[in-house]
Amino acid sequence: MMEINPQKPVLTVRDLRLAFGDRHHATEVLHGISMHIRAGEKVALVGESGSGKSVTARLAMGLLQDQKRTHVSGSIWFDGIDAAKGGKEIARRRGNRVAMIFQDPTSALNPTFKIRGQFRDVLRSGDRSIAKAEADRRAEAALAEVSIPDPKRALDSYAFQLSGGMNQRVMIAMALANRPQLLIADEPGTALDVTVQAQTLKLMHEMTERTGTSVLLISHNLGVVREFADRVYVIYRGRIVEHGTTAQLFNDPRHPYTRALLAAIPKISGGGLPDLPERSPDFENPLITHEGCGEPTEAFA
Amino acid sequence: MSEPDSPVMAARTRGRSRAWTAFSADPLSLLGLVIVVAIVGLAIFAPFVTPYPDHVGPTGDFTAMTAAPSGAFWFGTDMIGRDLFTRILFGYRLSLIMAIVVLAIAVPIGVIVGLVAGYKGGWTDYILMRITDVFLAVPPLVLAMAIMGFLEPTLLNGMLAITAMWWPWYARLIYNVTRAEAQEGYVLAAETVGASTAHILFREILPNCWPSILTKMTLDVGFVILMASSLSFLGLGVQPPTPDLGSMVADGAKYMPDAWWLTVFPAIAILLVVLGFNLVGDGLREAFEAEG
Amino acid sequence: MTRDMSAPILELDRLGKTFSADGHSVAALSDVSIAFERGECHAIVGESGSGKTTLANLVLGLLGATSGEIRFNGKPLGRSRTRDQKRAIQLVQQNPLSALNPRRSVGASIRLPLDVHNLGKKSERNASVAALLEEVGLEAAHARRSPRGLSGGQRQRIAIARALACEPELLVLDEPTSALDVLVQARVLQLLQRLRQERGLTYLFITHDLAVVRAIADRVSVFQKGRLVETGPVEAIFSDPKSAYTRELIGAIPVVTEAEAALRAEIRAGTNVPAGAE
Repeated sequence: MMEINPQKPVLTVRDLRLAFGDRHHATEVLHGISMHIRAGEKVALVGESGSGKSVTARLAMGLLQDQKRTHVSGSIWFDGIDAAKGGKEIARRRGNRVAMIFQDPTSALNPTFKIRGQFRDVLRSGDRSIAKAEADRRAEAALAEVSIPDPKRALDSYAFQLSGGMNQRVMIAMALANRPQLLIADEPGTALDVTVQAQTLKLMHEMTERTGTSVLLISHNLGVVREFADRVYVIYRGRIVEHGTTAQLFNDPRHPYTRALLAAIPKISGGGLPDLPERSPDFENPLITHEGCGEPTEAFA
Repeated sequence: MSEPDSPVMAARTRGRSRAWTAFSADPLSLLGLVIVVAIVGLAIFAPFVTPYPDHVGPTGDFTAMTAAPSGAFWFGTDMIGRDLFTRILFGYRLSLIMAIVVLAIAVPIGVIVGLVAGYKGGWTDYILMRITDVFLAVPPLVLAMAIMGFLEPTLLNGMLAITAMWWPWYARLIYNVTRAEAQEGYVLAAETVGASTAHILFREILPNCWPSILTKMTLDVGFVILMASSLSFLGLGVQPPTPDLGSMVADGAKYMPDAWWLTVFPAIAILLVVLGFNLVGDGLREAFEAEG
Repeated sequence: MTRDMSAPILELDRLGKTFSADGHSVAALSDVSIAFERGECHAIVGESGSGKTTLANLVLGLLGATSGEIRFNGKPLGRSRTRDQKRAIQLVQQNPLSALNPRRSVGASIRLPLDVHNLGKKSERNASVAALLEEVGLEAAHARRSPRGLSGGQRQRIAIARALACEPELLVLDEPTSALDVLVQARVLQLLQRLRQERGLTYLFITHDLAVVRAIADRVSVFQKGRLVETGPVEAIFSDPKSAYTRELIGAIPVVTEAEAALRAEIRAGTNVPAGAE
């Protein structure tokens, strides 16, 4: 089982709030999210659509702050800066100190450029002075590492010429090329076939183990979370409702919402359809934190 | 209700009046709306607004020929003493009527061609859209001039010529919208349920074309007026003594720069109406995009 | 109706479909024979390129077969169909956001089949719409609303109501819950199960999710690259998958309980376990 890492967290989110709207009418969609990720740890943020899991990821990347009619408060400490403020500091770290993998790899890659050019850009964001030949050599090595059979040919291809599974591998290789501290994976492989999705998750797991990169996995799929994560936050309507290690959460779910989610998933071991009330009750209980999973005290060191 | 609407969705999609909210939040769109409402209002009530409603015809005030702008004649008078302000208002009237008639004929033709070609595909698509392309390939003014060359230069023929060059733009626009909409699940659903082609075209797809049609029509009112003015500027449109903005600019140009007002005010009038409808049209386009 | 209720409702007999373009031809479906029993939920499972969508389009008459035959209630079924044949086979699509016209009211969408097929008296059709809405767990007042403000689950219920309005015998369900959240998916699956029992419907249930298959289907056919690799009762497929591909599919499912993980491990290893061994 996982043991608590004494190192200080890579990412610390404190009382993060997000509202959309203007002065007259704003709607809060995140009501004070707090979470942390330690070095090398794989943490999942699991919830249904509209729960606020994807906007949390976007805020951590600094991708939402500059938009009109968005109001952010609280803090996201990462790599010595507060990403909640948005702006240049976090932008400079994207693709370099923090990387992201998306749901549909084929549309995340630029269709008008070959993989080679896009890979070079990624490597340059980590090392401005890198020479072309050196960049190509490193790109090839990175693609070989994710088991792409012919890296040279893949580099000279466009995204649409490769299969979804291949593109996902390319995305993983690119994301980890600069050895980022943190990888944010938003529903990775959801758009792909189940067998390819399983391979993708396995690859992502192996690769981040190797590079020591921490992962924030955003997912609606509890099965994926169980296979991948060390620790889990369950998010419901803009609030974290339960937090524990993967084993704690799946073997001993305490929050009624987590229990309902787990019960609602059809099981391959049989048991027919889950028995659910026609209307879901509102789950508004306070946060349940499992033993040994409290917030770190050294967060702001 | 089986499950509550999520907060994020609720925050992003609220109410039916999103289009109006977006439209009214843009000062330029509102400015356009003010211009359009003012011009349409003045045109409708022209006989009651102007002090010289009889200056529409061939006779004016012989005691004040070619008078410069003054308290009595705000925009001055022309060669035979007709109040220019009056003639501009009645010119607006004619321009707006022309725009409405042209669009009332061109839009339905273009929309039907676009819908049928876009939904049916195959040979129907090929033939209809090649015909459309032929019309689109000829510069509009040249086409209209060619038509007017064959026909008497009357108001009716002028409208006919402009209509002939206007419908293909709607055919092209609606063709593209239809091609995209035909991929939507609701069209497949109507097909599997067994609905007729007419139902699918006019009750399912057409309602989803309205935002594009409405936006383009608003933009086009200004352009039709400009086109009609160009034709009459070239002497191919409306004939005197009917007040027409294009002819007024053309006639006045002979007396530049001494009687500058004869050209400048009708020209500004054209500019203003085109600008007004364009601002509203742009505002509508952005508003419908916000509505999604 | 005098109809042999024990005979299969739908039979696919050596069905094939080849697409050709620029001199290339691709077999999207080859030599598929399946009989669908009346009242069963028959799952069609496969990944992209397996031919499951082509199969659905052939059954719906959206495509014509290149070879073989489809029989519905014992009669051959081609692309050109009578009104009644069209009415009898209905579709529920994967994406509930696009399946409803955003510019027509919910009521208008559900009423359409009633008007098209002249079902019931005109004056009673609005009442039928209300009854259908209630049957799928919504309220009569939803008829006046636009689909825009409704959630995915609500929209999917409306799409189901529209299909039911045709009074169909066979429903083609094309990944009907894969775009929905788990809690919503569970309720829509419950609804589909109830409707099948109450209305005696037959389901052709297309999905990639074998856990859903286990929960709702009676029989399952597994497709790979246009070919039927395995078909049989659901229990049998999970206790003793015959093909390596089926095993691979089950092995790739992310699971949430120890019991599932154990079953999956056994299937991955290729050992046979009796049904319900957990």
